[in-house]
Formats: sequence, C-alpha cells, structure tokens
Amino acid sequence: MGLLEVKGINKRFGGLQALGDVNLSVAEGSLHAIIGPNGAGKSTLLNVLVGKLIPDSGSVMFDGQSVLGRKPHEINQMGISRVFQTPEIFTDLTVFENVMIPCFAKRDGAFRMHAIESIFAEKGIQAQADAILADVNMLEKKDMLASSLSRGDKRRLEMAMCLVQDPKLLLLDEPTAGMARADTQNTISLLKEIREKRGITMAIIEHDMNVVFSLAERITVLAQGMPLVEDTPDNIKGHPKVREAYLGEAQV
Amino acid sequence: MDQFILQILNGLDKGSAYALIALGLTLIFGTLGVVNFAHGALFMLGAFVAVTVSRLLTLSHKVVDETRTDFLGNPLQVDVPYIYDLFGQTTGDAIIDWAVPISIVVAIPVMVLIGFAMERGLIKHFYKRPHADQILVTFGLAIVIQEIVKYFYGANPIPTPAPDAFIGSFDFGVILGFDPNQIIYPYWRLVYFFFSVFIIGAVFAFLQFTTFGMVVRAGMADRETVGILGIDIDKRFTVMFGIAAAVAGLAGVMYAPINSPNYHMGMDFLVLSFVVVVVGGMGSLPGAVAAGFMLGVLESFASMSQVIDILPGINQIIIYLVAIIILLTRPRGLMGRKGVMEE
Amino acid sequence: MLGLEKKDFRLLLIVIGLTLFAPFLLNPFPEGSEMAQFNAGYPDLMQRFVIFGIFAIGFNILFGLTGYLSFGHAAFLGAGSYGAVWMFKLLSMNVLPAIAISVVIAGLFSLLIGYISLRRSGIYFSILTLAFAQMSFALAYSVLTPITGGETGLQLALDDPRIFGAAQTASGNIPVPALFGLEMRSSYELELGSWLFTFNTGYYLAALFMVLSFYISIRIFRSPFGMMLRAIKSNQTRMSYTGLNSKPYTLAAFVISGMYAGLAGGLMASMDPLAGAERMQWTASGEVVLMTILGGAGTLIGPVLGAGMIKYFENIFSKINETILHGWFAFLPDGLENFVVAMIYPFIGKGWHLTLGLVFMMVVIFLPGGLVQGGQKIAALVRRKKPEDAKPNATEPAE
Repeated sequence: MGLLEVKGINKRFGGLQALGDVNLSVAEGSLHAIIGPNGAGKSTLLNVLVGKLIPDSGSVMFDGQSVLGRKPHEINQMGISRVFQTPEIFTDLTVFENVMIPCFAKRDGAFRMHAIESIFAEKGIQAQADAILADVNMLEKKDMLASSLSRGDKRRLEMAMCLVQDPKLLLLDEPTAGMARADTQNTISLLKEIREKRGITMAIIEHDMNVVFSLAERITVLAQGMPLVEDTPDNIKGHPKVREAYLGEAQV
Repeated sequence: MDQFILQILNGLDKGSAYALIALGLTLIFGTLGVVNFAHGALFMLGAFVAVTVSRLLTLSHKVVDETRTDFLGNPLQVDVPYIYDLFGQTTGDAIIDWAVPISIVVAIPVMVLIGFAMERGLIKHFYKRPHADQILVTFGLAIVIQEIVKYFYGANPIPTPAPDAFIGSFDFGVILGFDPNQIIYPYWRLVYFFFSVFIIGAVFAFLQFTTFGMVVRAGMADRETVGILGIDIDKRFTVMFGIAAAVAGLAGVMYAPINSPNYHMGMDFLVLSFVVVVVGGMGSLPGAVAAGFMLGVLESFASMSQVIDILPGINQIIIYLVAIIILLTRPRGLMGRKGVMEE
Repeated sequence: MLGLEKKDFRLLLIVIGLTLFAPFLLNPFPEGSEMAQFNAGYPDLMQRFVIFGIFAIGFNILFGLTGYLSFGHAAFLGAGSYGAVWMFKLLSMNVLPAIAISVVIAGLFSLLIGYISLRRSGIYFSILTLAFAQMSFALAYSVLTPITGGETGLQLALDDPRIFGAAQTASGNIPVPALFGLEMRSSYELELGSWLFTFNTGYYLAALFMVLSFYISIRIFRSPFGMMLRAIKSNQTRMSYTGLNSKPYTLAAFVISGMYAGLAGGLMASMDPLAGAERMQWTASGEVVLMTILGGAGTLIGPVLGAGMIKYFENIFSKINETILHGWFAFLPDGLENFVVAMIYPFIGKGWHLTLGLVFMMVVIFLPGGLVQGGQKIAALVRRKKPEDAKPNATEPAE
C-alpha cells in the first residue's frame, strides 16, 4: 500500500477525455516521476491530487484517507505540499515572513485568531524559519522582499516554504520549466540534497528527461490521459511504447 | 392591466438610462479590463453639454427697446440673443427651443475627445495595475470632474427643457382600448426610449458588422492572441473608450430634460449602473442592456402601491437585492462570460 | 514596552503626545489675529479628527492589510450611531453602554454583510459591499423610520424612558451624554495672553479611544494574524496551498474593521446625540477610502493623518473665501493680485473637494503608500545627504 494511491481516475472536459482510468501508487520514501508528452493529462492529474479539480470517478487515497472533495488547504493540512511551475510565493512579504507563514500553518492549523500576540515573541517559529533558510542557503537574504529575489532564489524559497512544513508528500510541478541549464542542474542537486537529508516522498511532474532520469526511482508515463507504463527508469528508457508516445518529441 | 402596462412604460425610460450607461461601462470592462468609476461623470458631462449648448444659444446682448419703458420711465433694455441677429426671431426661437436635440451633434465629438483624453492621459497607465487601483484613480477623477462642473455651473440643478413639441403626454390607454388618461406617458420619455434603443442598436451593429468591431470583439475574447496577430489593439481600445464616453454622454444629453442636470447626478447613477453591469454579467454587452431594462422595469413595479403595501420599502432596495442574489447564486451574472474580472 | 517593539512604541508615544496636546498644537495662532481662522483647536473639530481617525484605522485593517476594498463601511458607522442613540433613549445618558452597544451592533452587522460579501473577491466584493450599504441607507431612510427616525434622523426626546436616568433635567431639558456625570460637552478654557485653549471632555474621551484603537491596530499589524492578512493580499493561491483558510481570516478582518466603524459611530452619537441615515450613504464610505489611501493604506499612522487632513480641509480650508485671498495677496500689483486670486480660488474654499480629488489621484498614481510614503521618501533624500547615517535597511516595515 503506497502513501498515495490513485485508482481509476476519470475526468472529462466536455468531449475531451483528460484522464482515463489512471492508476498511480507512490510508495512511501520514493521519488516518483510522472512524465508524458504535452497534453498527456499530467497537470490535470496534479490538480486532482491537490483538490483543485474533482474527478468524475475514481478514488484518491492519501495516507489511508480520501482527498476527494477536500479543499486545497485541507489537503495541505493532511501533509501534501505543492511546488508550482512558476513559484507561488508571497511577493510583498520578506523572505523570512514567507517561511514563517507555513510554520504557523503547520503549528496552528488552517485558521487561528492570533491577533494580539507579537510575531517577535514567536521564538520557536523564528528558529524553525531560520533553520530552513540556512538549509537552502538563503539566511543572508531573509530580510529581502520576496519580489526582489532572482528566479532561482524564488524557486528555492518556495521549496523552503514547502519543506518547513515537513510534508509527507511533496508534489513538484515541472520545477525546472523554462530554466537555463545551470539553474536546472542546481535544482537537481537541491532536490537530491533534500532527498538525502530528509527522505521526503516526492511526486514530480516533469518534461525534462534529464531531470527525470537523474532523480526518479519510479516513473509513470502518461499519454493522452491514459497511463502507459509504470516502471523503473532503466526499464522505461528502452520501452518501445514510451518511444512511440514521444516520437518526434524529446530525445529519450 | 392598465397599471401593469403603465409600470412597464415607467420603467423603460430609467431602464434606458441604466442600459446606456451600463453598455458603456461594459465596453470599457470588456475591452480594456478597466473598472471605470468615472463613467457616471461622463454621463453627467453629457447632460452639461446640453446645458452649455442651450446657454450658448441664448447668449444675449443688451438692446434698448424704444417702445417700452421700465418703471422709472427710462427706455427699457432687453436681452436679445445673438442668434436672433443671425437667423431672425422665429428661426432663432425654434433653434433655442430645440437646444437639447442640437446638443447631440455637439456632444458626440466633445465626448469622444474627452474619452480619448481620459484613456490616453490616465486610464492607459492603469491597465496593468490592480483593479482596486483602477477603481480608486477613476473615483478620484470622478470627484475632480464633478467639482470642475460645480465650479462653473454651481450646485443647483439647472432645468433644461425639451422642445415644446415634446412637452405633454401621450395617451397610450386610448390606443389600447382603455379609458382616456388611464395610461399616459410623457412624450420626451418615449423619445428617450427610442433614442436609447437606436444607440444600443448602432453600437451592436458597429461591433457586429464592421472590421473594426470584429477586431474589438476578438480582443474582448482574447487580447493576447489578437496582439500576436500583429493588430494594434491598443489604438482600437482607445477608440472604444471614446465610443463608450460618447454613449454615456448621449445618455446624459437626452436625460437632461427628464432630470435637471446637477453636478452629482453622475455619482447617483454610477452605483446603480455598476449593479446593472454585475447583474447582466461583467463583460457581456447584451447582458448589460437586458439587465438595464429589466431592473428599470422591476424598480417601477416595486414602487406600485399594491406592492409597497405588502413589502414596504421594497422599491428602495429591489435593485440591490436582485444584485446581491444574482452575485451569490450566479456569480457571472445573467450572461457573463467565464473569467472576466475574476481573480 | 506594552508588547511593542521599540520603534512602534515610539510611534504610539508620538500619537499619545499629539492627541494629549492637540488643544495647544491645533491653536497656534492668537485669538483675533488674521491667522486665527486656521486654528482647528475647537472641540467639535478635534472630536471629528479623532473619531474619523478611529474609522480610518479600522478601515485600514481591512483594506491596508488584505487589499479588500469595501465601499460600504459607512453602514457600520451608521448602525453604531443608531445603537448608541437608542441606548441614550432607553437606558441612560452614560456614554459607556452606548459605545459598547454600538461596537456590538456594528460587529454583528458586519459579520452578516461580511459573511455574504466575502464569498466573492475583487471588484465583485466592492460592488457587493456598495450594494449592501446603499440598501441599508435606503431602508434606514424609509421603511425603518420607527427605528431610525427616517429623514429627520434619530433624536432624543423629552418622553424617552431612560430607565437608569432622568427623562428630563430639573429645568425640563433633555439631558446630555455624560460619563458618570462628566458631561461630554463640558470644556475647560485656558487663556494665555491672547491665546485661548479649550480642553473638552468629549474630545479627551474620544482621544482615549483613538489611542486604544491605534494601540490595538499596532498589535494586529505585528501579529501572526496581521501577517496572514498581508499574505492574503499578496497571494491567495499560495495561502491555500500552505494549508491556510483565507476566508475566516478576511472575515475576521472585516468584522474588526466594522467594529472600529461602530466605535466611531458610537462616539459620534456620544458627542452629539443624534443619528441620521446620511451617515450610511456610499459617499460617506468613499470618504473613509479617501482618508485611508491619502494618508497611506497599509501603514500604521497614515489613516490617522489622512483623516485629520481631510477633516481639516473640510472645516478650515473650505472657509477661505475670495475676500480673504485678496487680503493675502494685497501686496501684489492689482492686476497680478486678481490673476493670482483667480488662479487659486477654484482650488480652495468651496472648491476644496477639487484639490482633494487631485491630490488623491496623484497619491494613487505616484504614491501607493500615501503621504506617509511621501514623507519617508523625502526623509530618505535628506538622509542621503548625510552618508554617515546611511545603514543598510533593506526592508523597513511601514510605519
């Protein structure tokens, strides 16, 4: 039984079958990649996992509980964090505040009326925030406004915001999309480092095969909303079906 | 039955004004993505174009009338409009009498120019700013326009009558087989209704049948794609702003005889027009027009004594109530498109 | 101190100082002098300064922090006023229960309206609040006349029950609002040479409430709750994917700001025991929007400054007429004098709204942080001339 169990998910948009009978099992502690050509339904699947879309049928179980019908913030409170394609951070707040907010969310839940306490008195939260910033090498930037960060730093900050919650599952939506080669390499090493240090279960949606094969332990290939194969990277590499699906696209 | 028809008629003229203002607002929403709180001020400016034209036409010089004397026995000085000197008294009087319709001709270029100036000078810089900023800056602009008008024209309403030919009422009841004086309706309101139907029709025809209109409609649907096609959509949007301003202005010109223009009439109409736009659905032109007429008529029905007896005060709040219910149950309004002004 | 950082505590002390010495500070010109018309230190105006200050501080907690632009907050102020006057009518002329009930009523009212309006965001939220406020105004004006007094407004009468107080004074008048016998309208006048300073009870009570409101607002701004509100303004998507439910946060902010508005309304009624529907009109809501943004939305002190400025302009600036202007520019040659007066006159006196509108537009266009930001920019320019003062201050939190 995996940490995340997706069974028989179907989703139609009008006449378009975006997801057809998708099954997915992410084992605890693994790094599972979901790949597929454009329009394969990767983003739809991700949106189902985080509660943004509700599938027409099927079940999504996380840690023994169904996530279907729950709101994104409830799903996050269950232990699923998400990294976006373009980093979603609080641009008007400082880097330090950005990482403090998930700490509060983790400690106090979805809502708490802590209107009179001072932030400055929250030593425990501050220590947590400092520690995670040190982990991603951003401690010296803690008082900067998040909007003034470089693109790479925004990505690191978002990653820190997710990690500080110590999620059971981290979802990554094309974390290297649109990045230069050097940045991509940095992201790969950042993710590897996180894996080694924390052993967080990750599901990653990715276009870049280089990234996928240097990180993933299991790979699910989607094509036209259908799961094609699920296997280890070595077996996927030479798989004829995958070649077929990607024909004319990226080099496999 | 006669009551029923009367209320529909009563609602139509106010509904026409709502529809015209909401149409202009929606043009600006839909094309430029800007929330224009100064749109009511444009309506008010239109009404004051009518005031100005009728003042210009009656601009006079003093002439000594030898045949009459004042109470001290001196020869009487009388004001003679310049227009008498040009056209003679009979024609001159007729021109003065028709000041409001004549204002239409003046209002179109004036309002289009004001619209251009507003868009180029101010609104353009707010396309990429948050909606709250757009609301605030146009709210400020509305105050400024309002105060300028107040400075020049004073705070009191200025009666601006319709031509004599349209004074009086039309007895609808007789046509429909009711007793005389059962359903009477002022001529000018009838004119206002047909005028607004004409303007609305013209705007729709313009958008539907001209290339310009097609590009603008495409731009309303998907601005980026049109931009990629290499069409200078910005220039067309400026023109659309001018047109929207002209529509609001014309609505104001023709409304002047119904409600004597005052400097804050724009603000009074603005709130209701926003409500109309929301009910119709942000960004939907037919929605704005339909909602305008619908709410005008609804308001008129709500003020029937039979209704007020059951639900006192309903006439005061019916429009807001409808808006709240619609916003909560059908967030996109009656005919709204997906994704317009939604965060 | 008081749970505040040093900088915030200093700011609080400044505000306390300013309100405490306002009767002196606002009356800098001797009686009878030509400049005496610029004195703002009379009770009525000073009361308005602090009461609208409270209103704007509260509005800022909603708009400044969450970015939700309400055009209906005057409805809560109006509801608070009605509640307070009813307390005077039914209970006693003591202001404390009146103020308490005004806060409670406004809180409940804003909970209802906020709960519905906050189901939508952005422009729709603004229009919903606008619609609710106009509806309240229309109802208060017409159907609810038994409760609101309709067109004439709600006033005290000689035959009010007033369970815990006299219906009439010994001389047969309507009693006046008081705090345990201390009448709100009572003043102590201090004459120093040709200067006259007035210390009014009502003003000091309202000022006390404003200082308290200001203190609470600092605490909210510096609390985790305040940070969440700023996060909502910044990015609602990230908010929900961080496991936070933004709806109760915004609703709490809405209700808090509604209670501030109710407090302002209750104080208004305590100073002058009547309440009218026009207090609920949307233009009244627009006024608090102007105050907050003019002073600086999202800053602590900005709304208070904005409220003070607008009230000063409304009451003092607006009284300058053409004759006074001619008096000022009499030193100029006649032709030039007339020209200068003609150029300036449209912008002051009765035309002060025009200046207000222009300044407001300028602020929205160039100074999103309002006059406070303008002040900071000027201060930064001055500071730059003294390089030894320069220290790296990347993210100075707004004052």
